[in-house]
Amino acid sequence: MLAVISPRPLLFRVSVKLFYVSSFSFLKSTEHKLITRFCLFPARSHVSCDIKGDVAVVRFNTPNSKVNTLSRQLSSEFTDVMNEIWANEAVKSAVLISSKPGSFIAGADIDMIEACKTSQEVTQLSQEGQKMLEKIEQSPKPVVAAISGSCLGGGLEVAIACHYRIATKDKKTILGTPEVLLGLLPGAGATQRLPKMVGLPAAFDMMLTGRNIRADRAKKMGLVDQLVDPLGPGMKAPEARTIEYLEEVAIGFARGLANRTVSAKRSKGLIQRITDYAMALPFVRRQVYKTVENKVQKQTKGLYPAPLKIIEVTRQLLNAKLSASLFPFFQSFGQLAVTKEAKALIGLYHGQVLCKKNKFGTPQREVKTLAVLGAGLMGAGIAQVSVDKGLKTILKDTAQQGLDRGQQQVFKGLNSKVKKKSLTSFERDSILSNLTGQLDYKGFEKADMVIEAVFEDINIKHKVLKEVEAVIPAHCIFASNTSALPISQIAAVSKRPEKVIGMHYFSPVDRMQLLEIITTDKTSQDTAASAVAVGLKQGKVVIVVKDGPGFYTTRCLGPMLAEVVRVLQEGIDPKKIDAISTAFGFPVGAATLIDEVGVDVATHVAEDLGKAFGERFGGGSIELFKLMVEKGFLGRKAGKGFYVYQEGVKNRSLNSGMDEILARFKVPAKPEVCTDEDIQMRLVTRFVNEAAMCLQEGILSNPVEGDIGAVFGLGFPPCLGGPFRYADSYGAKQLVDKLRKYEAVYGSQFTPCQLLLDYANSPSKKFHQ
Amino acid sequence: MACFILNLRCSDTLWRSSKLPTATICALLATVQPKSKKTLAKSGVKNIVVVEGVRIPFLQSGTSYADLMPHDLARAALQGLLNRTSVPRDVVDYIVYGTVIQEVKTSNVAREAALGAGFSDKTPAHTVTMACISSNQAMTTGVGMIAAGQCDVVVAGGVELMSDVPIRHSRKMRKTMLTLNRAKTLGQKLSLISKIRPDYFAPELPAVAEFSTSETMGHSADRLAAAFGISRLEQDEYALRSHTLAKKAQDGGLLLDVVPFKVPGKDTVTKDNGIRPSSMEQMGKLKPAFVKPYGTVTAANSSFLTDGASAVLLMSEEKALAMGYKPKAYLRDFVYVSQDPKDQLLLGPTYATPKVLEKAGLTMADIDVFEFHEAFAGQILANLKAMDSDWFAQNCMGRKSKVGAPPLEKFNNWGGSLSLGHPFAATGCRLVITAAHRLKKEGGQYGLVAACAAGGQGHAMIVELYPQ
Repeated sequence: MLAVISPRPLLFRVSVKLFYVSSFSFLKSTEHKLITRFCLFPARSHVSCDIKGDVAVVRFNTPNSKVNTLSRQLSSEFTDVMNEIWANEAVKSAVLISSKPGSFIAGADIDMIEACKTSQEVTQLSQEGQKMLEKIEQSPKPVVAAISGSCLGGGLEVAIACHYRIATKDKKTILGTPEVLLGLLPGAGATQRLPKMVGLPAAFDMMLTGRNIRADRAKKMGLVDQLVDPLGPGMKAPEARTIEYLEEVAIGFARGLANRTVSAKRSKGLIQRITDYAMALPFVRRQVYKTVENKVQKQTKGLYPAPLKIIEVTRQLLNAKLSASLFPFFQSFGQLAVTKEAKALIGLYHGQVLCKKNKFGTPQREVKTLAVLGAGLMGAGIAQVSVDKGLKTILKDTAQQGLDRGQQQVFKGLNSKVKKKSLTSFERDSILSNLTGQLDYKGFEKADMVIEAVFEDINIKHKVLKEVEAVIPAHCIFASNTSALPISQIAAVSKRPEKVIGMHYFSPVDRMQLLEIITTDKTSQDTAASAVAVGLKQGKVVIVVKDGPGFYTTRCLGPMLAEVVRVLQEGIDPKKIDAISTAFGFPVGAATLIDEVGVDVATHVAEDLGKAFGERFGGGSIELFKLMVEKGFLGRKAGKGFYVYQEGVKNRSLNSGMDEILARFKVPAKPEVCTDEDIQMRLVTRFVNEAAMCLQEGILSNPVEGDIGAVFGLGFPPCLGGPFRYADSYGAKQLVDKLRKYEAVYGSQFTPCQLLLDYANSPSKKFHQ
Repeated sequence: MACFILNLRCSDTLWRSSKLPTATICALLATVQPKSKKTLAKSGVKNIVVVEGVRIPFLQSGTSYADLMPHDLARAALQGLLNRTSVPRDVVDYIVYGTVIQEVKTSNVAREAALGAGFSDKTPAHTVTMACISSNQAMTTGVGMIAAGQCDVVVAGGVELMSDVPIRHSRKMRKTMLTLNRAKTLGQKLSLISKIRPDYFAPELPAVAEFSTSETMGHSADRLAAAFGISRLEQDEYALRSHTLAKKAQDGGLLLDVVPFKVPGKDTVTKDNGIRPSSMEQMGKLKPAFVKPYGTVTAANSSFLTDGASAVLLMSEEKALAMGYKPKAYLRDFVYVSQDPKDQLLLGPTYATPKVLEKAGLTMADIDVFEFHEAFAGQILANLKAMDSDWFAQNCMGRKSKVGAPPLEKFNNWGGSLSLGHPFAATGCRLVITAAHRLKKEGGQYGLVAACAAGGQGHAMIVELYPQ
């Protein structure tokens, strides 16, 4: 089983959430019903306005979409509505609210930004948005944002331009500035408003990590002024009544602000005041900028322009007078939007959205009871992400000790959420009641799906499959969590191969977002639909690939790791390899990656794939791995691999025991391909070439899944957007040239595949249009 | 009574004008509408009667009972019952008492109180707990024992002393202290003591909060009121109604269940001290107590922390008659219900009412007297609205249609927990005996008692007037 424990760079901490969701649909606007009690306003499709006494209630509602997005249409209707409110003397204050309980405004319309051809166009968009928000900020009539659901990006910009914010204390209510995750910066003034509102350090934290902030935390930070608890059922559905209540409360505050019985000024705590005081000192501020910039440099290796730009813009704006020209700032936004990093990250975002859908449709039967075989790291991890989604889960192992460890892992995983206060201890307990630990096959007759996570040995897999098939009901699906054994080989002993499928999870399961699902020729559509549905329920980004040795992810990793071994043999030490690969954008160094995966597992996989693919997977000597295994240098799990791992020691040192091994397998380096850049390219071109071959052979059905799989499963540099996006931006021709160069030195391992050659021959051909 | 809210808005006038003989109106209604059933007696099931019920005056906590212990209050109620009924002590087969916040020294408070009240030491006693319906549970436990033929005479009751609650050392401190007990040498003891840090001394306070959700009951009540769209004004009006009616009942000598209590070292307490009819203006000035600053539940429209105890004497009908008693009422069908402790914490009566009516074969119109526990004005109003909502019945309770809201003129006419006070475990007996007294006074046959309880539970029981 492959494991990539990633100290993920700050850019990808939050990326699973749907922060921006695009919508294309202001076409059907005429059909949209309007809620206007007063015929004061013309018919609109995205924004409506209701006058309640002296308070105007402005409602956002992007038609035919789950979320509201700041599209051109919505922005222009919003501007019109606000102008009418300012002109209407009977209105003393306003409330901004959404008609959708789950989304205030989820962000700017990404398609709108992508549709811009030049940075000037984007700059203009940003300028218009900022102008409108400035008007709201300076509005003589107080404006209250009533927030329920996602309030992200442009949505947060709108909210913080208001005079007061009230949010529902719901798990669905999240606030944040995820622009950085898309390689952008908050484009309508958050860089200026956020530091004033929550202080510089917290503002940087929000803008540079893009993290989602829950309502209660937002209240503590000073990002919102009041919380409204969600209501239970009354005379109508809870969500509907809650948003109605939110509106009532907001109207009360809007009125209070207008007649000055409520003050928008927050009483700041002592710590906040001290921080503010310190931040007012130019010396302290400079220090903060410096620290943050160093941290960002260290984490991003300078590969991501957006965070640095955010720091720069924030600094400029805080130093500048309000009235000073903000033009350079708008320009920065425009420039960022057209960078290749932004394109790569936005591409990943779209890919994620796509991989959150079930292309096989709804399965005939919903999986309600899941059985997991093997309570090891993977098995327990799979159980953990299942029980907290309400799946009844049986965790079966063969030994009490192993089972105990696995159950403890699930408990610990959930308990850490209790410590972080994202779960109550009661919720934890009630989630855990979904888990049954056992040593026998009791209850398997009720299982809808069995996922096996037993040892990677075809004989053991065959044994459990036969055992399981004897006890499960006819409709039950058998899924194998293997990282390299072909599923068809496992299914060979099955009585009903149409119910057998591969579900390749990545370790640690609760943190890694990817799930690779593998279908064989015999796997039925419904089985695939069911597996994808379970994966999505578990919160995974799902790619579906065809069966074959190493499927997609393991297969791409194979040649790259073989190359790592060769580089090691050529006398480059592991630390240097790590530095070179992280400098390219990999979140985990290549040598460390082997330690994390486990040298024994890597050996196993390398042997299997070597047998299947022959010379192409050669390069490094597999004997080196074998000797490591023999010496017990199995990687992190054994405490020793290329590095020495000690509990509580952060700076790990090289394992001196490796010196002798490396010396024994030393081969002469080829000076013509040994610059840092060449080493990087040797690793990456083999990866990309293999990925292209997977597409060529039909293992992958499209480049999008290939990119998502590589980035979320293997840590392919997000700033490059995945192997296919990278081939597009670097150029297929240039890639082929590099491959040819290394081929000349090392031979067929670098022979470019036909698909790559085709793309190289016609420059207009791109994997992503 | 379809539009209950309208009634409530003008309820001010409604109950003021009820100087007009409400009782007569009710009696009229009762005669106009024939009952679905002449009696709830069932063949093969023993008739169980409540012979008498008493309570010591319910006092705001921190007043005259402040220095007593829970079993002192329970003892006073038990003695009051003995005095009033003159029941021979050795006739009592069993004693069941309810309590919520347990005094650890007297965890079986029933036994301690019984011994001190002069019951026979041969009469076993046990204590039950079920939050605000603890004494309901005590009574129905007694009913079960009599129905099963195990006992003929059971005393049931409930006690709560909110003036003193157990405040504990922190877990760390407790652990240190318990380990200290086992330490043998001085060295071991000193080393343990040296580990004590200032935070060990932070005490653990009990909270009126749900363990499962960590939400205080008042907060939940505020959300409940909001969910049903009940305004602050409506809640204050209802609370004022409760206080006004309680005052009238107290002044009119209707609260017959109250027995005087001579508190050691203090004067004899003769009446409840929480009844304080105020004005809408004064109540309007109060700030929200739980959902700040915009909530609607205030100190004035919530029940207050109360000390008190109650007790009833239950018998099989034959036994009562054989002993020459004239019972007050039959205890008939009862139900316990439970639901979501977060969003429906206080909706017990809504769930219990249709269920108990169905069980008894009665309809809402058959009920002459409603005695509902008033935890919060907002909670009562939410329950009334929920009972009158088809949406709620269909979507939350899985019923075809609503049961309908009780008519307000039959509802808690002698005040309720909001005004009389609410010693958690003592309220249930008060509800039953008040229903019996009201049936007699107002001329009805069936009374419906209902209450909500922490944990998202509820209870309802039908009380049938004993034929006069």
